[in-house]
Amino acid sequence: MPWTRDQMAERAAKELEDGFYVNLGIGIPTLVSNYIPAGMSVQLQSENGMLGTGPFPFEGEEDPDLINAGKQTVTELPTTSYFNSADSFAMIRGGHINIAILGAMEVAENGDLANWMIPGKMVKGMGGAMDLVGGVKKVVVVMEHSAKGDSKLKKRCTLPLTGAGVVDMVITDLGVFTLDRTGGGLTLIELAPDVTLDDIKGKTEASFKVANTLQQ
Amino acid sequence: MNKVYADASSALAGLLKDGMTIMAGGFGLCGIPESLIIAIRDSGVKNLTVVSNNCGIDGVGLGVLLNTRQIKKMISSYVGENKTFMQQFLAGELEIEFNPQGTLAERIRAGGAGIPAFFTKTGVGTKIAEGKDVREFDGERYVMERGLVADLSIVHAYRGDTEGNLVYRKTARNFNPPMATAGKVTVAEVEHLVQPGDINPDHIITPGIYVQRMIHVPAVAKHIEQRTVRKRQKADAPAGTGEEV
Repeated sequence: MPWTRDQMAERAAKELEDGFYVNLGIGIPTLVSNYIPAGMSVQLQSENGMLGTGPFPFEGEEDPDLINAGKQTVTELPTTSYFNSADSFAMIRGGHINIAILGAMEVAENGDLANWMIPGKMVKGMGGAMDLVGGVKKVVVVMEHSAKGDSKLKKRCTLPLTGAGVVDMVITDLGVFTLDRTGGGLTLIELAPDVTLDDIKGKTEASFKVANTLQQ
Repeated sequence: MNKVYADASSALAGLLKDGMTIMAGGFGLCGIPESLIIAIRDSGVKNLTVVSNNCGIDGVGLGVLLNTRQIKKMISSYVGENKTFMQQFLAGELEIEFNPQGTLAERIRAGGAGIPAFFTKTGVGTKIAEGKDVREFDGERYVMERGLVADLSIVHAYRGDTEGNLVYRKTARNFNPPMATAGKVTVAEVEHLVQPGDINPDHIITPGIYVQRMIHVPAVAKHIEQRTVRKRQKADAPAGTGEEV
């Protein structure tokens, strides 16, 4: 059975390590914060200018001056610090954030990522995504394997790129791939429960290797 | 020299002209200089180029300047929350220059610091780098981006003394401090206006040198774009983000 959104987030949380500074994108990546193991110290960065982002507030305690990068109301923690947007992206572009977990429309086998525009249709803008994929040490994409029956794992991206050769790992509802952005390509390392190798091969446009240690 | 003006319109008097470039602080609707935006609307100034991370939402924040068609061009990183924006853009009535958010912030920081250009990895190999100088440093490719300055910056701060020294509150800081440095003239609105010495000098974020004019906005209405809360439960709720409502 393919993973649910929550199970994908739970799998992504296994990439976190004690002491990590982490940036989570909007959507499934936001759910990753629900699966940080107890006792592990992880600080969440919100690129609008906050480290140590806390949970949503209790009803009635929302503060318009305290939001995350998705513009959602959040709370402060004892570890919280605030800074301006230039400092926030200096942190990101300077390689100080350990891991970014974000969504995508397409990922290609060469590590290219597209998630910011559909020409003629969607003109929302890239926000901080280009900075994150260009500057963060490890970039993990969490996305559905297919959209309307089409594989989102491509040989080459068809949409305008967010970053070229930037992705290190892709977690979909069907499995987990590592990506060697220096030309080594995609490798399937895990399958979701009851998903077969043939299933995933049939649903993937990108070519990929299969790890000797493939887990299910 | 008196930097404190009676209201937003008088603080902007003599500063506005058609075709000018204005930087407006804020992220979403958080930390936006709303009183000054309203005064710009009321002035009727046109053909503005506005530098701001977002463009408000329909009818709120910079959104009000879309309704009156006073904006010719936006330089932003994300405008996804605004239908009017989308309609005017798709109809060819509005120009947009998308900048990656960090590039936008750094262009403003650089502009304020007198740095005309810098190189960054952000956007290399994408549309953003097209037509720009790309150079290799230490085996990696970087794209050249220009520093950005404005005729006028408008910012929102939590506390300010009459010298223009400013302190911000929580994530309402965002683009306000770098923009304060990059305006030929910067006008600040402050929720709490205090006397010099009332703010601990160690805590000042924007030194008064960057602020030429200011107004006191004691009863500012703040907006929440995405109200998200968690349910009250047993004493030790987990540190997750909870549930969206």
